[in-house]
Amino acid sequence: MSRIDKRFAECKAAGRPALVTYVMAGDPDLATSQAIMEALPQAGSDIIEFGMPFSDPMADGVAIQLGGQRALAGGMTLRGVLGMVEDFRRKDETTPIVLMGYYNPIYSFGVDQFIAAALYAGVDGLIVVDLPPEEDEELCIPALKAGLNFIRLTTPTTDDKRLPAVLKNTSGFVYYVSMNGVTGAVIKSRGAVGEAVERIKTHTDLPVAVGFGIKTAEDAAEIGKHADGIVVGTVLVDAVAMTLVDGKPTDRTVAAVRDLVAELASGVKRARG
Amino acid sequence: MDTTGINSLRNGPDEEGRFGIYGGRFVAETLMPLVLDLEREYRAAKVDPEYLGELKSLNMHYTGRPSPLYFAERLTQHLGGAKVWFKREELNHTGSHKINNCLGQILLAKRMGKTRVIAETGAGQHGVATATVCAKFDLPCVIFMGATDVERQMPNVLRMKMLGAEVRPVTAGAGTLKDAMNEALRDWVTNVDSTYYLIGTAAGPHPYPEMVRDFQSVIGTELKEQFQAAEGKLPDAVVACVGGGSNAIGTFHAFLDDPSVKIYGAEAGGHGVDVENGHAASMTGGRPGVLHGNRTYLLQDKDGQIIEGHSISAGLDYPGVGPEHSFLHDSKRVTYAPITDTEALEAFQLCTRMEGIIPALESAHGLAQLMKIAPTMGKDQSIVLCLSGRGDKDVESVGKYLGLL
Repeated sequence: MSRIDKRFAECKAAGRPALVTYVMAGDPDLATSQAIMEALPQAGSDIIEFGMPFSDPMADGVAIQLGGQRALAGGMTLRGVLGMVEDFRRKDETTPIVLMGYYNPIYSFGVDQFIAAALYAGVDGLIVVDLPPEEDEELCIPALKAGLNFIRLTTPTTDDKRLPAVLKNTSGFVYYVSMNGVTGAVIKSRGAVGEAVERIKTHTDLPVAVGFGIKTAEDAAEIGKHADGIVVGTVLVDAVAMTLVDGKPTDRTVAAVRDLVAELASGVKRARG
Repeated sequence: MDTTGINSLRNGPDEEGRFGIYGGRFVAETLMPLVLDLEREYRAAKVDPEYLGELKSLNMHYTGRPSPLYFAERLTQHLGGAKVWFKREELNHTGSHKINNCLGQILLAKRMGKTRVIAETGAGQHGVATATVCAKFDLPCVIFMGATDVERQMPNVLRMKMLGAEVRPVTAGAGTLKDAMNEALRDWVTNVDSTYYLIGTAAGPHPYPEMVRDFQSVIGTELKEQFQAAEGKLPDAVVACVGGGSNAIGTFHAFLDDPSVKIYGAEAGGHGVDVENGHAASMTGGRPGVLHGNRTYLLQDKDGQIIEGHSISAGLDYPGVGPEHSFLHDSKRVTYAPITDTEALEAFQLCTRMEGIIPALESAHGLAQLMKIAPTMGKDQSIVLCLSGRGDKDVESVGKYLGLL
């Protein structure tokens, strides 16, 4: 049982969805980002999604694009991301960490080297936006063989016919993208999201987490009625951005993220209440 | 004769959309079902006589095909080597080869029942061609264009607007073609049900590289016939500029299995390939990576972050290249070489003064490479340039470079 499996089982036993929090590694600098990461579990985050910054994040909205640019400007690299995970693991052995990003930095690093380094650092799973099942041989299969979870995105365009192919090599959890759009856009129909989650559940026993467009504790409570997990990212990256002065972190930076996560956690807790 | 032998270089891509290790379908799941739909639709259209007939008729009566093959007599004398010929794609309606692809794809968009078209553009040539076919076929159209390019290609921006397109300047990154393509992909993900993404170059996720190549292959196919009619043989060399590489692959494809024909591609050497971030020569100065749906040669740093690159020519200012070119580069069938901004400017002026043809800055890169090769060839030999676009759009920026303004 992986850390991810275990955490979803614990949340299920507690009668609530898991809160999955996305932050960008190295935003706005290494030390602040490390402090944010370490504050997340205590604030109520069940799973950490850690963004690997990329110059061309095609599926991300402006907030995460800018977060990635800040991280890259601060000198963050893929090796740096893995180093941060390694440091985190020395203090926290239970919180699952999922790296999320795009394929090119991994391809450039070398797939085998990356998988080995990720395992060594204590990474539990991967989400790579631009690797659909058609490209499973690239990273998904080797990662699964090595013992990493490979979490797949399913979307409103993934119909029942295609769903089995998408779920085939998915592990850890299924990430349902709530809308056709980029991160941080607005969910038009919460009802449709609930229906989609139920539809996916008829195809898999894996937990289904919903992301893209969840911004408030109320969203989390509402979507969490159906979903096994709630993914929140854009508002957390925005929270970092809003506390910066001249691009530099302030004493409010870590606190802003922590407070927001605590509030979202309260929403998650009352989802089934 | 169509060669489909086992050793043919014209067999790609395979079923996974690969040319050797290049190509593929590296896109977000939201787009994947649509990309598969598009492939199915294209396979059906390719063998549908009605579709092919309509495209042929449009090529003839709307674009003005076949484009002429022209013997550049003064340039030939000046260079003192091989006979120089131009395949005059700049005479096409809208002023470049881009219309060949746009007509093919707009007919597909109609077949698929799409009600909105988006496109990216660098120099604006593809944007103008897209806006043109959208006007003709009555579809709303949004063109994504880097803010830097909007500034340096103003005449094309005005043309697009007059044709009824919405031009959205993209300020992310360096505000060039790469950023425009990112933004177009974001729009596509958001409006995937209604929207057809009309990619302008032979790159992107499968089936785009194959499809765009097929639509542009009319260039090389005509060229081969026209040259045969004029000289009774094959040309000894063909040359084209390569940004994403659609005019180049369209020119080259018919000749890939003719070993006597040497093939040259001119990449954008900018300030020189030794200048860091100062060029856009992805094959000469980059390494394989994954961006915008395909694996191909990319300009990137040691951590796999994409570098913006630079070229005087907005149409070549892109850090990647179509995957089939990457394959042809590795297999050494095509010789790709960088041409600097300065060399392109010289070729631009020479062509204008000697032949009375103002070439696009993109095509001037191809001409600059031809100017290096032709003098080394015999007088009984021939070299053909794909003159992919006309330079009206560039006169202002070239004027500035030359201090005429």
